[in-house]
Amino acid sequence: MSGEAPTRPFRPDPAAIALVAIAVVLNLLASLWMSRQVHDWLPVQASSAAPYVDNLFALETGIGTFIFLGCACVMGWTILFNRAPKYDMDDGAPIEGNLRLEIVWTLVPLLIVMAIAVHAIQVNQVLATLEGKVRVSSGSEAVAVAGSAASDEPVGPIQVIGRQWSWEFIYPEGVHSTELHLPVDRRARLELISMDVLHGFYVPAFRLKQDLVPGSVIAYALTPTREGRYRLRDSMFSGGYFSANQTDVVVESEDAYRAWLTDALRRPLLPAANAATELWQLRQERGDRGWATVPPAPPPLVHVDADPATPHDA
Amino acid sequence: MSPTIPFDPRVLRAPHPVPGAPDNWRRFFSFNTDAKVIGIQYIAVSLFFLLVGGLLAMIMRGELLTPPADLVDPTVYNGLYTMHGTVMLFLFLFPVLNGFNNLLIPPMIGAPDMAFPRLNAAAFWLVPLFGVILMASFLVPGGPSGSGWWAYPPVSTQNPLGHFINGQFLWILAVALSGVSSIMGAVNFCTTIIRMRAPGMGWFRMPIFCWTALAAQTIQLCGLPVLTAGAVMLLFDLSFGTSFFQPEGGGDPMLYQHFFWFYSHPAVYVMVLPIFGVFSEVFPVYARKPLFGYHVVAIASFAITFLSLIVWVHHMFYSGTPQWMRNVFMVTTMLIAVPTGIKVFAWLGTLWRGKLRLTTPMLFCLGGLFNFIFAGITGIMLATVPVDIHVGNTYFVVGHFHTVIFSTITYGVFAAIYHWFPKFTGRMTYEGLGQLHFVLTFAGSQLNFLPMHWAGLMGMPRRVASYDPEFAGANVLASLGAFLLGVATLPFLINIVSSWARGAKAPANPWQAIGLEWLLPSPPPAENFGEHVPVVIAGPYGYGLGRDLVENQESVVQRSLKEA
Repeated sequence: MSGEAPTRPFRPDPAAIALVAIAVVLNLLASLWMSRQVHDWLPVQASSAAPYVDNLFALETGIGTFIFLGCACVMGWTILFNRAPKYDMDDGAPIEGNLRLEIVWTLVPLLIVMAIAVHAIQVNQVLATLEGKVRVSSGSEAVAVAGSAASDEPVGPIQVIGRQWSWEFIYPEGVHSTELHLPVDRRARLELISMDVLHGFYVPAFRLKQDLVPGSVIAYALTPTREGRYRLRDSMFSGGYFSANQTDVVVESEDAYRAWLTDALRRPLLPAANAATELWQLRQERGDRGWATVPPAPPPLVHVDADPATPHDA
Repeated sequence: MSPTIPFDPRVLRAPHPVPGAPDNWRRFFSFNTDAKVIGIQYIAVSLFFLLVGGLLAMIMRGELLTPPADLVDPTVYNGLYTMHGTVMLFLFLFPVLNGFNNLLIPPMIGAPDMAFPRLNAAAFWLVPLFGVILMASFLVPGGPSGSGWWAYPPVSTQNPLGHFINGQFLWILAVALSGVSSIMGAVNFCTTIIRMRAPGMGWFRMPIFCWTALAAQTIQLCGLPVLTAGAVMLLFDLSFGTSFFQPEGGGDPMLYQHFFWFYSHPAVYVMVLPIFGVFSEVFPVYARKPLFGYHVVAIASFAITFLSLIVWVHHMFYSGTPQWMRNVFMVTTMLIAVPTGIKVFAWLGTLWRGKLRLTTPMLFCLGGLFNFIFAGITGIMLATVPVDIHVGNTYFVVGHFHTVIFSTITYGVFAAIYHWFPKFTGRMTYEGLGQLHFVLTFAGSQLNFLPMHWAGLMGMPRRVASYDPEFAGANVLASLGAFLLGVATLPFLINIVSSWARGAKAPANPWQAIGLEWLLPSPPPAENFGEHVPVVIAGPYGYGLGRDLVENQESVVQRSLKEA
């Protein structure tokens, strides 16, 4: 035993090489297959950012599957074939290490994660330049929006106001709504404002998330690319009725959007229906049991009120 | 031999206030300064709180079984999840790992006790104290804190009822006391490891568990003061009207997030590093092989320590963090995969061509390693900014986090309990019940945590008391898994209690393991080797190498047999 040379009496065994090669090929195929499955695990892509995020995630799923299966195969092999028979009290091969192998498994993961990091930084940059376009045209302000026909002019800025627990969207045209309407394929500029605590502006179908920080107005931009109705969820815990704090983003054609704006302005301003307020009232009726919470802020006065029961696409 | 003992011999005469210590059960309820007593105190208290935290989790999963908030009021749910996280981290994981530090470090390095036995006992007794404070918050008007274990302001400083003593107040007090306790422990563990090793035990003859414990406790010393400062400021904002984090008073809520995560991300490494140590101890024993690449594994622990202190902003990618900062912290976070990967490959290398014995501790380590590889990959995904922007603050994070915290760290805790139980209680556990515990835990944790990843990818935010119906499938599976995990604790408890009461007597070295602690009788005498500290002549894990660990090994073994 003790005579065994420093761990690698390297004698190529054709059977072993073939087995490893087959395992690697199978693993590659499985990883490729997994990376193709990711689109089934994610909501529909509804913004210009979504494909970049999904492709990066697919790449990581592929690489991750390869590493995971590779390690799992080694574990499975040892569990199946390197088991000590009952009452066998012998020791295993006394291998203390292998410098070459250790260098390889330090450098290869280093290269892989750095490659992913560099790629992700590039994706970051692409996503940032998408936003950068807005900054270039931001001098003209939002007054032009209503008049310009399907131009590159961005929509907005639309004020996104987060409260405990409601969303309110105020358009430069004067429309107040609890439902965010956006024209498809046009950049929308948002101003994220929180009136009380931290909130998170999160639209899964857009793959975008940005916290609303009280005391700051955060400029934000996005481009919806698919018509439909998508959930907007509060993603940063905001207290008592946090989970009820969701509404919809409606992405529609330019014409429908403009019609909605005009129609909305004709309607009266009324207090919005509000899930948190309903839950709060229910709680009062039941004798105010439960643990302490601040009461919900008064529902905003809006022209258009969201109906949470309307089915959403994602 | 005694002149070479590298510690102050006064440690040997540290007082043990309860007479007849080894056979007197009352020592476990006293201010005892024996590290082995303190270790068991820590572990017993933490296992009690594991049950409390698990019960809270099962109520939460009961609530999440259906989309609307129908089992408990949403405010109650918020309190439950806050307390679940707080109890599991501050009252289960930190104490249980400090318990292992107490039990294992002195015998593993041949020291008779900790460097500061009284400080050690004081650090322990803070745990039940802040445990009671935290539990008392269930009883104050308004209920316990409901702002999450992050306690982000302004939610955490809203104080709806306006009382001075409120759930959030008690929560901050408990967390601050926990920090004080941990710092006291860290001073002790670091000093003990640095100053009290047996003659001949150079750094690179030290067991990996001690390396990882030292690496983890270094994080405690660097990071905890920052969290404690943040907690004090939060307390002042909540109770005394300051505005460190209140924008209307010129403060900044983001500042708290920096204070919080500067410690609380490394805190995960404080918990996982000792478990890496457990894996590194357990795999060689049951694979009957030396640890593959011991030196690199040892050094990798400190690489993790260093990197863990410069990654915290990855929790704030979507909080308004500038692009350059996102990129920097993405790269540092990704770099952690390298030392961690080294360890994973070293364990796989240890298994390779071994003679595996699938005992309960080995099963938990294999299961934990399997889950950890998965969690490492989802961790890389979360480190990537564009992906994190989508899945951050969703159930994907909850799934990832629990795969680390439960399916890796807690598996390691169970492995450590089964592995060292005979050593410190003198009794063997029942193998069949242990394996049943493993099977149920493995099934339960996959069922519980895998569907969470899917729910998160589809966009289900974390911390919600109610959710849209499209997430119902994943949540039903997760809830079933959680209840299964509840069932899985039964064989564990039965095993531990009945083994300790009437299990078979354990020999000094039931697993034919190599290590100083296995050269002691089971259970070890109060001062371990006392004045007969063996001289270490070789590195650890010499399985199959046919070498002795210490000088005159045979006589040391004979002494352990005689004393038992």
